[in-house]
Amino acid sequence: MPDKNIHTEFHHALRVNESDCTGCTHCMTVCPTRAIRVRNGKARIIANRCVDCGECYKACPVSAISVEQDDLEMIFRFEARVILIPSILIGQFSHKIPASSIYSALKEIGFTHVFQVENTVDMVLDAYNEYRTKNDVRPLISSFCPAIVRLIQVRFPSLVDNIVRVNPPIDMSALYYLEHLKASGIPGEKIGLFYATPCAAKIAAIKSPVGETESIITGVINMNFLYNKIQKYLQNHSSEKIMPVTDDLLNSRGILWSLTRGEAVHCDRRALAVDGIRNVTEILENVENDKLGSVEFLELRACDESCAGGILMTGNRFLTVERLRKLASEHARSEEDNDKKLTDRFINIRDHSYLGNIEPRNIEKLDEDMEVALKKMSRKRRMMCFLPGFDCGACGAPDCQTLAEDIVQGRAQISHCVFMQQQLVNQNLMSNEKAFKITGEIWGNERLEKNCNKIGAEDENY
Amino acid sequence: MQYRFKIAGGDFSNAGTVASSVKKILRQLNIDHGVSKRIVIALYEAEVNVVAHAYSGIVEIDIDNEKLRVTITDQGPGIPDIPKAMEEGFSTASPQVREMGFGAGMGLSNIKRNCDILNITSEPGAGTNVEMITYLKPDAR
Repeated sequence: MPDKNIHTEFHHALRVNESDCTGCTHCMTVCPTRAIRVRNGKARIIANRCVDCGECYKACPVSAISVEQDDLEMIFRFEARVILIPSILIGQFSHKIPASSIYSALKEIGFTHVFQVENTVDMVLDAYNEYRTKNDVRPLISSFCPAIVRLIQVRFPSLVDNIVRVNPPIDMSALYYLEHLKASGIPGEKIGLFYATPCAAKIAAIKSPVGETESIITGVINMNFLYNKIQKYLQNHSSEKIMPVTDDLLNSRGILWSLTRGEAVHCDRRALAVDGIRNVTEILENVENDKLGSVEFLELRACDESCAGGILMTGNRFLTVERLRKLASEHARSEEDNDKKLTDRFINIRDHSYLGNIEPRNIEKLDEDMEVALKKMSRKRRMMCFLPGFDCGACGAPDCQTLAEDIVQGRAQISHCVFMQQQLVNQNLMSNEKAFKITGEIWGNERLEKNCNKIGAEDENY
Repeated sequence: MQYRFKIAGGDFSNAGTVASSVKKILRQLNIDHGVSKRIVIALYEAEVNVVAHAYSGIVEIDIDNEKLRVTITDQGPGIPDIPKAMEEGFSTASPQVREMGFGAGMGLSNIKRNCDILNITSEPGAGTNVEMITYLKPDAR
């Protein structure tokens, strides 16, 4: 029964707001782990399948999927209120707005300290190199993107050992800054560490980390929420009282880290950088089938253009990338770029570079017991001889195979398929009333009533 | 439970599709990773052999509670000297095939290493029949 525990402990940052959801199935069809079903006219996320990649959020035409975040008021419980910001936060704003203005805005919002997440990338690089020499599994897969780590756990369980057990920069920077403040005399309980997140996966990773027991990060503030607050500040303050940027150690490596090729570029052997969850799935299938040859390192990111394309990013992802690349090349030209490192400071957190165990969580298995799984598999294949096979989604499952699986698992009935239903009614095996009732159970009773507020209907925007 | 697949000789772009389909099936059956890996490696090698040497082939897979049996029957040149073909490094592959990354002469020995029972029979000029059996429980070997 150990499986059950893992599932119930699984934390997700994505939520379906039932009052807004119209059960339109867009999210269901794009989900890379087939984690969504429609019941009673509303999308439901199956917790142990979801990897928090955010594809459903992007696909939803009525914004019914939201991303949880901590209440900003929560920061005021702490004396030292640290906001950990990734470089893409700054990349979202016009190059005419200096980083110092954004720092000032963050202080105005209520934070007392601003620290850039990628300040620790050189430490992470050292840990990568050390890991590489001690482990001979190839290709190594970056642990940077938490949606990808979870995708591998659930869909590619045999590749779990390929994930580099090195903490990503966010964990290292949080720890570094906590130790830094403690060393300056602030007691730990008075320090609140908050992360400005570009995506749902990072929230889930902080609230229920894979490979470590508990995160030291106190809370998470969504980037789109901060973006609005910063914009408002910038509108009201032209250039007066701009705070100097403290702790600005970010070098060109750090600026580019969260963008595509940000990690892969540091590998001296063959390395691939792949972004977009569908592309990543394709490449992972290739890894499983031993098709990549001697590739040493894989940088895999769930979002198109990596973190610049995170679902909570407001700025256009291509412009964000352009600005950060420009900024990085300016930094790279400066003499001190290479020396901008935290490692030579007095705080040593190197021992905390390594991640713990990452468990495979195969979601494809039909049963724990192979003999039972074999029986279920036979039933599923038999069922597929009858289901229409064109994946219309009218049963409330993304495709016929998923419906067949749900049936053998006792979560659905064959009569959920509208075509099978027709057959049953036609052969007098089911009454019309019963068929109508089933449709209502899947799609909700109001679904079949007239509603002019639907997209494209007469009162669409009313 | 039985599965059947067809293999087209010379179709290198699809070499490996049977092995990857079987991998997905084994994942659904919750077969041990190590066992599954051996089956897939052996099957992949055997599949590539058909693609590289034969005109066409049929893969039949039979899974029960204890074991997985793969039977591959091809129409092709056959193997004149099976013990010789089992030697590591022995290859009859053309330079073109080798250029594509196949034909290193490790195929049959790799298959032997990765299954529990291997039977090869062949009629030169007609075709080859390969039977591979793997026990599904890691401790059953």
